[in-house]
Amino acid sequence: MSEPEAATEAREIAAGARDRVRFEEEALQFADQVYRVARRLVGSREEAEDLVQETYARAFRSWRSYTPGTNLRAWLLRILTNLNIDRGRRSQRAPDFQPLEEGDYYLANKVAESQGEQALDQERVVERLSQDSIVDALSSLSHDFRDVVVLVDIGEFSYADAAQILDIPIGTVMSRLHRGRRQLKAKLAEEAA
Amino acid sequence: MTGQGDCDKCEELLQGFLDRELTTAEVAVAEFHLDGCDYCRRRYKFEESLRRYVKLSAVERMPAGLMERLTQLRGLET
Repeated sequence: MSEPEAATEAREIAAGARDRVRFEEEALQFADQVYRVARRLVGSREEAEDLVQETYARAFRSWRSYTPGTNLRAWLLRILTNLNIDRGRRSQRAPDFQPLEEGDYYLANKVAESQGEQALDQERVVERLSQDSIVDALSSLSHDFRDVVVLVDIGEFSYADAAQILDIPIGTVMSRLHRGRRQLKAKLAEEAA
Repeated sequence: MTGQGDCDKCEELLQGFLDRELTTAEVAVAEFHLDGCDYCRRRYKFEESLRRYVKLSAVERMPAGLMERLTQLRGLET
């Protein structure tokens, strides 16, 4: 190898190392947000931690396939949801029944029935639902619905990002999201009653 | 202008309205109805509060120690 070639190669290696360090640092900044989504997709804290570690291990190995400037958080979540599906979503609580699907006003109507129509005017009326019952209601959704509801309502991803992460059409994201939220409210109404 | 049919239509538009995914025409339909209907207005407000509360309830921070374990994964080779 001639001297100029060796120098060029050394520069390329150094540039590659810098890109890699930058990628790793950017990816780690999203760790807390990635964990929040993972925690609601699986049944336990331990599983969520495992899933996030597997996600970062895979992301760090395949950092070259990430296109700089694109949505890194969505890229990480795509790895995570794929790993979760590959794991066969094992030991996750599967819903034992398909909840009755009510309209979007169903929970509000139940609250109004039991506490009076005026109760709905109070900002804090929702706080009468226990936080545990909300977590339970989320985990009772079928996997397909839960993935979308968690990505959009907990992860704050757009419909388009959720579609890309789950590799499904945007219309499917919308219908699963709408139905999943209605099922969530029907479940909460059951527990509130 | 607040017949049962109008309230049903407004209920159907609720999620898209709060997600800002409705067409301009649909937003106009919902807003026109909400202006004159306390029943629907309360339910829209309830839904907004509910969404904030669901998020608050469902968010769990990353356990201590996980960040360190992730940091140790840096430099993994393919």
